[in-house]
Amino acid sequence: MSALGKVVAAYGNMVTAAFEGSVRQNEVAYILCSDGGRLKSEVIRVRGDKCNVQVFEDTRGIQVGDTVEFTGDLLVVELGPGLLQQIYDGLQNPLPKLSEAAGLFLKRGIYLASLDRESKWTFTPTAKEGQEVAAGDVLGWVPEGKFEHQIFVPFNFIGKATIVKMSPKGEYTVDKTVAVVKDENGKTRELGMVQVWPIKIPLKLYQERILPTEPLVTGCRIIDSFYPVAKGGTACIPGPFGSGKTVLQQLISRYADVDIILVAACGERAGEVVETLREFPHLEDPYTGRTLMERTIIICNTSSMPVAAREASIYTAVTLAEYYRQMGLGVLLLADSTSRWAQALREMSGRLEEIPGEEAFPAYLQSRIAEFYERAGLVRLRNGQTGSVSIIGTVSPAGGNFEEPVTQGTLAVVGAFLGLTWARSNARRFPAIDPLISWSKYLDQMRESLDRRAPGWIDRVKGAQRMIHEGAEVKKRMDVVGEEGTSLSDFIMYLKAEFLDAVFLQQNAFDAVDAANTLERQVHTFDQVYAILLKDIKAKDKDDARNIFFRLTALFKNWNSSPWGEAAFRNYEQQVMDFLRD
Amino acid sequence: MREIITKIDEITGNIATLKATGVGLGELAVIQSPGRSTLGQVISLSGGSVTVQVFGGTKGISTSDTVRFLGVPMQAKFGESLLGRIFNGSGQPVDGGPEPVEEEIPIGGPSFNPANRIIPMQMIRTNIPMIDVFNSLVVSQKLPIFSIPGEPYNQLLARVGMQAEADIIILGGMGLKFDDFIFFKRTFEEAGVMNRVIMYMHLASDPVVECLLVPDMSLAVAERFAEAGRRVLVLLTDMTNFSDSLKEISISMEQIPSNRGYPGDLYSQLAARYEKAVDIQGLGSITILAVTTMPGDDVTHPIPDNTGYITEGQFYLRYGKIDPFGSLSRLKQNVVGKVTRKDHNDIMNTMIRLYSDCRESRNKIAMGFKVSKWDELLLAYGKDFESELMELNVNLPIEAALDRCWDILARHFDPVQTGIKQGLVDEFWPKDTIKAMEKAA
Repeated sequence: MSALGKVVAAYGNMVTAAFEGSVRQNEVAYILCSDGGRLKSEVIRVRGDKCNVQVFEDTRGIQVGDTVEFTGDLLVVELGPGLLQQIYDGLQNPLPKLSEAAGLFLKRGIYLASLDRESKWTFTPTAKEGQEVAAGDVLGWVPEGKFEHQIFVPFNFIGKATIVKMSPKGEYTVDKTVAVVKDENGKTRELGMVQVWPIKIPLKLYQERILPTEPLVTGCRIIDSFYPVAKGGTACIPGPFGSGKTVLQQLISRYADVDIILVAACGERAGEVVETLREFPHLEDPYTGRTLMERTIIICNTSSMPVAAREASIYTAVTLAEYYRQMGLGVLLLADSTSRWAQALREMSGRLEEIPGEEAFPAYLQSRIAEFYERAGLVRLRNGQTGSVSIIGTVSPAGGNFEEPVTQGTLAVVGAFLGLTWARSNARRFPAIDPLISWSKYLDQMRESLDRRAPGWIDRVKGAQRMIHEGAEVKKRMDVVGEEGTSLSDFIMYLKAEFLDAVFLQQNAFDAVDAANTLERQVHTFDQVYAILLKDIKAKDKDDARNIFFRLTALFKNWNSSPWGEAAFRNYEQQVMDFLRD
Repeated sequence: MREIITKIDEITGNIATLKATGVGLGELAVIQSPGRSTLGQVISLSGGSVTVQVFGGTKGISTSDTVRFLGVPMQAKFGESLLGRIFNGSGQPVDGGPEPVEEEIPIGGPSFNPANRIIPMQMIRTNIPMIDVFNSLVVSQKLPIFSIPGEPYNQLLARVGMQAEADIIILGGMGLKFDDFIFFKRTFEEAGVMNRVIMYMHLASDPVVECLLVPDMSLAVAERFAEAGRRVLVLLTDMTNFSDSLKEISISMEQIPSNRGYPGDLYSQLAARYEKAVDIQGLGSITILAVTTMPGDDVTHPIPDNTGYITEGQFYLRYGKIDPFGSLSRLKQNVVGKVTRKDHNDIMNTMIRLYSDCRESRNKIAMGFKVSKWDELLLAYGKDFESELMELNVNLPIEAALDRCWDILARHFDPVQTGIKQGLVDEFWPKDTIKAMEKAA
């Protein structure tokens, strides 16, 4: 039952309202401004007959005494066909339509339907009349791009129901009834193709969660080979500004081998989303040949958009990801950046005058981060299919210091840590993922699956990882005693580590070929690189050794930028083989 | 407009609390003391009491002063007549001219719809080689100049202002020294560009809170001009003062500080301003160049740190030169070699790589190691690079600057030593350099 209330205090985007009747924690309320505006907000704390609401809009003009309408519903997203290719703000308002309605600038208080109400979808029923169904059961499907978008009995449907009538195959808008059911109490309900789900509640209508063991190939060698992410797994990319987080995220969004990509631009520059926005409709999906946009949803709540909606945007994104997982698809959520989301929590916590934790972040920061990443996962659905949500979140640590609460809170719950450092980006070693600090728990977890693709793979990779560390040790000593004081064998160790770094860990994002590698190619290249690491290099002196590795590095770089299997590729490969035979 | 004669209950810092009803958040108030009036803005409401942030400072304000609420949020004057004018932090003319009367516009408006943004592709020429060649400025870019106090950042800002291709220049000064204000005024007048300049000047001696309005006013006016098809360049100096004012207010409001006393929303506050930079398809644009002085030359200080995450790169000003190493223009890839000459990308990278090698050679000398012949070449090259390109007084169009790069390279190196692609060497390597002549002899 919806209640009414009055504004009694307001500060920043937090409003305190006195209410009569009952309110629910996290329910949506609207503040009716004296200028006629209806501002969406969310209840975040209830105390006696007063509650605090965070307003998702600019709060200018709110007065004491303004009416507050409580809706009784939690903050929800609309789920149904037509989500793909959309550009939404944090509250799932379609931004292009908002632009038609409000012009160049955003305007407060305008909320549009998230799914298009006019476009028609070809519905094919799969459920039969007389069949007993429950929440999450499939009624039929519509084609959405290359996917069979399944139409479910609403996830919030309570109890069992019997299908009374199924609509025949045909063209329907999302609101049209596709099935009529009779529920346990004998009440008849009409079901359409669109349903809603509260964003802060994980969607768990699956059989069971299973351990992720298949790699999510991003095309980036240092990730896929050295610090891999599993389908259904989580990873975080912390890095100071200018270390290349965004370029890395954009590369992953282009080349990752998943069905659907959700890009959540959370509190970052609008300019960064624009490239995705403008280019994806013209870029080819490397796996299907369709455009990249057809597999992408963009949630865009950039830094100058209201802060409370920024907090919601992360949940909006993960809920959409869970929805597509429910269809047996592999979904990757790229959240850039979770620090901005944590800052939104901090702003609100400050206004609530909660006792602050470290760096004024709220004490529940860690548990909120954990809740979010735990929504990722590989699941077995009731029909036996599997679906996955993988999350790769970036973190923007203040001053590039990884000791800060958001980075630490994230490290505790993710499966892979891909740390970007200034040391590497200043040395122009891109991607600037530092092999000395990064780690992935999935390397061991996926041993069986990876070793099946390339026998002995994990051990070779670990061997190479050790060499990187040994090379770094030599380098440290050399910085003190100089090249003169270093033995030739140590020096060659150092050169080998540098070589591995230069030709395998580094990758040229602006080279059409080198920008992304298939796993097959990575294994192929790595085996040759590893053979060289193991080879006993015969060098007269340090200069000679240096020259040998200069040549090798140049050779491998050329090999890396030659298209797979073509004449140039085979030619360089032959030269590598010749070197290894010597 | 309602007049409320009220007793001010509480005065702390720059904040006054009083009893009033029917007042909206963000509403403007005038506090009338005998003989003077001060503007304020409602920043919080609680029951019957209203908290007002007093822009002119609370010094001398009496509990018996009259407070009038204007029923509107802070506004700025807008119109063609603003061009060539100078205003203070609260938008009052300080050049002796009349008050502009054309239109009043709200400030701090909503953000540009990201779906309407386009990929910026136009370069802004500044005739400063360290910018044009090495970190090109692109229309709609937001770039800070990171600098320690004492560096000639205002001189740099003024030069960019005078030379950049822009229809309108809006200068927002925050906590500006009087001398710097006069410097800007004089420089723009002498260069004859004053007729396309609008200045919002908050001087160091003005009330601290007033400086919070400067970026909002500058950008609101810029936004309207951009919508009218004008290319606007907004220069802001110094955003560190702006951030410090935010800190002052939030602490007076008893907010829990997050990092070194700065409020938790420093990032959002800065982003709300910087994100106003925009290229509007088919219309005008806003480009922002701002100064951020780094306390203690510490780039991890909250102000430069948050700024770095917001802006599209940064210029480091060190020892009177734009340092090519820390500096970065994230948008340069959109224009380098695409709207500029095709040798731009290669020459830019080669020059920087060699200059970085030169620095290593200098380190060698500093550590007392032996220098090789190659080191000597690098050292001589580095010296010419600094004096002929890096000095702030070098003034060259980009084409001439690129030619000069080739010239410097040819003076010191053989083409093979530079590693530049043969095709470009054939086309651009100077044929009649001293080195070539020496060889011929």
